Amino acid sequence: MLRAQSLQNILVRSGKPTQSFTRGYAAASPTAAFAGQKGSNGKYTVTLIPGDGIGPEISDSIKRIYSAARVPIDWEEVSVAPILKGGKTAIPESSIASIKKNTVALKGPLATPIGKGHVSLNLTLRRTFNLFANVRPCVSIAGYKTPYDDVNTVLIRENTEGEYSGIEHEVVDGVVQSIKLITWDASERVARYAFDFARTQKRRRVTAVHKANIMKMSDGMFLSACREVAKEYPDVAYDEDLLDRVCLQIVQNPRPYSDRVMVMPNLYGDILSDMCAGLIGGLGLTPSGNIGRDASIFEAVHGSAPDIAGKGLANPTALLLSSMMMLRHMGLDSYSAQIEKAALSTIAEGKTITGDLGGKASTTEFTDAIIAKLGA
Amino acid sequence: MLGNAVANAAKSANRSLVRPATTLAAGFPRVSKRPSTKYGGVYTVTLIPGDGIGAEITDSVKDIFEHVNAPIEWEQYNVSGMLSTGEPLFKEAMESLKRNRVGLKGILFTPISQSGHISWNVAIRQQLDIYASVVVCKSLPGFPTRHKDVDFAIIRENTEGEYSGLEHQSYPGVVESLKVMTRAKADRIHRFAFDFALKNNRKKVTCVHKANIMKLGDGLFLNTFRAVAEEYKSSGIIANDMIVDNTSMQLVAKPQQFDVMVMPNLYGAIVSNIGAALVGGPGIVPGCNVGREYALFEPGCRHVASDIMGTNRANPAAMILSATMMLRHLGLDNLADPIASSVLDVINEGKVRTADIGGSSSTSDFTAAVIKRL
Repeated sequence: MLRAQSLQNILVRSGKPTQSFTRGYAAASPTAAFAGQKGSNGKYTVTLIPGDGIGPEISDSIKRIYSAARVPIDWEEVSVAPILKGGKTAIPESSIASIKKNTVALKGPLATPIGKGHVSLNLTLRRTFNLFANVRPCVSIAGYKTPYDDVNTVLIRENTEGEYSGIEHEVVDGVVQSIKLITWDASERVARYAFDFARTQKRRRVTAVHKANIMKMSDGMFLSACREVAKEYPDVAYDEDLLDRVCLQIVQNPRPYSDRVMVMPNLYGDILSDMCAGLIGGLGLTPSGNIGRDASIFEAVHGSAPDIAGKGLANPTALLLSSMMMLRHMGLDSYSAQIEKAALSTIAEGKTITGDLGGKASTTEFTDAIIAKLGA
Repeated sequence: MLGNAVANAAKSANRSLVRPATTLAAGFPRVSKRPSTKYGGVYTVTLIPGDGIGAEITDSVKDIFEHVNAPIEWEQYNVSGMLSTGEPLFKEAMESLKRNRVGLKGILFTPISQSGHISWNVAIRQQLDIYASVVVCKSLPGFPTRHKDVDFAIIRENTEGEYSGLEHQSYPGVVESLKVMTRAKADRIHRFAFDFALKNNRKKVTCVHKANIMKLGDGLFLNTFRAVAEEYKSSGIIANDMIVDNTSMQLVAKPQQFDVMVMPNLYGAIVSNIGAALVGGPGIVPGCNVGREYALFEPGCRHVASDIMGTNRANPAAMILSATMMLRHLGLDNLADPIASSVLDVINEGKVRTADIGGSSSTSDFTAAVIKRL
């Protein structure tokens, strides 16, 4: 119904809407803002998926920091370890229900099951909760030296279609077609989230990253959608840039990108977000949030590191920073500011940091150091 | 001087007579061995300066070639992608390229709007089937960037993949864009990469892909790579593969790990731009596109740079170095080597540099400095 409604607004020939646009879906807010309610004890309930490998250790660290900072959150711990259901692997029903009820979740790293027949857990979560936008901020961490010390980028990636549509076929032997699917609805939805994010996070510019000189229709429609949405946000500047140029310019000098939010189709976002992570020292330091219609899931995007699992050596920073995004998503900004300051200054001091950052501290010692700074 | 040229011409004329007649009579001449169009010892080369800074940086090449008396005669076509009326001239330029089989080219502008023409840069590569793009990213002596000791070659499939140009709107608001991957084209680009590694004494070939998501398309590319790698096993070249998002992360963190990289079309655009940024920008990275019959030389990082067009500020180094690659392709190494080392020396010395690499000199100053050193 909703789909039909918004499609009515699209002019067949140009792919542009003819009338003022009705919003693509009728969530509580145009951009899937957090709409959870506090429980009777004055706290929000959040689903926690500790994950595999080092997941339980770094989740523990987050829980300790949160209770020390008195964040009004109750954790509801669930497992998404796949179970067999009718001969297929699936996520336990109770976990799905928990996320659905709480509408917000924090997730540790998941091990990729080896062998065929497993549906990707991330993909299942993405589909189940319509996680349409992936938000990937990258900020240089003081105290961890890389060739770049001035990175402050925010990238929003369309998360449901594009090159990841999974539609492929072999036409004849040795000739394969993979279909990149771009729809107006999904483009418009992610663009609106990007503009809304820019407005609330005080980044006054949105840059759409594209390759419409080559893919004129598909990336062209993505741009048209962004332009339409831009009209609704006169206070946010809008421009467009070629993927090639953006790659070149960020790697040469990332500083000009600190005033804006970049928005782009799936594959470009995948590549660019990891590239930006590389600028500041890798996935161990970068948070990630998946914003959806029915729930939002914040996660560490690094691996589960089975080699150091259980040894108390893991660095919880990525998961902690992801949870900071979660707090801001929930409107608990004062708590996130306090915790973030404590964590970043602990890393900047360099006295109590984990091995991957060049220190000798254990996960517990690192966590203790952050907690000690909370009051300060 | 003139006498010299005449003598040279006579010598070359003799040489062309020596060419074994069998290759002509067999009906299937080995085109790749056939020399370029050459009259009186002079090679005719198609020149397409392109849009943006193209005219300025190809002028540099012309000045330098003039100075060294290079046996190159230009057939110049001022095609511009800015105008939709450029099509007839573009077609003429294509005919010229087919005739001469060798060209030097700037970058042509491609409009973003749907009503605009398709990318002529891509059209040239597809029509001439110049399937392999070679871009070498190497740290320049005397010009430190954020990363040290970068030295890798990007071999990019140039004719299919995401640049197929096949798109349709199957329903209002729903667009499909086809990425076409074929075993034949994957096979030849992988062979090209391994041959390139062998000839240039490189040790490792890395296949860049996204086969975890595009299981069939990129899967075909990766599987073909593994099959070709098996054939080259005895050469001792290491073959490995890496997912494109991880590759771009590794490139900005530890670029020294890469040697030769081979990849489909779109990833090539991304990786060559990251690579250029690592060593100092599009102004210094040369490139070429090679096929079985044709070779077209153009800057490795394909930017029009219309923002500094006509201001005499562009860095001509990438274009000059591309032109020296062309000279080597024509067997004129004795001319190519001094020009290339002169360019590198001028940059190394640091007195005359354009703005993109931290100097304040103009395009013509740089060209003059290169000529002075010859």
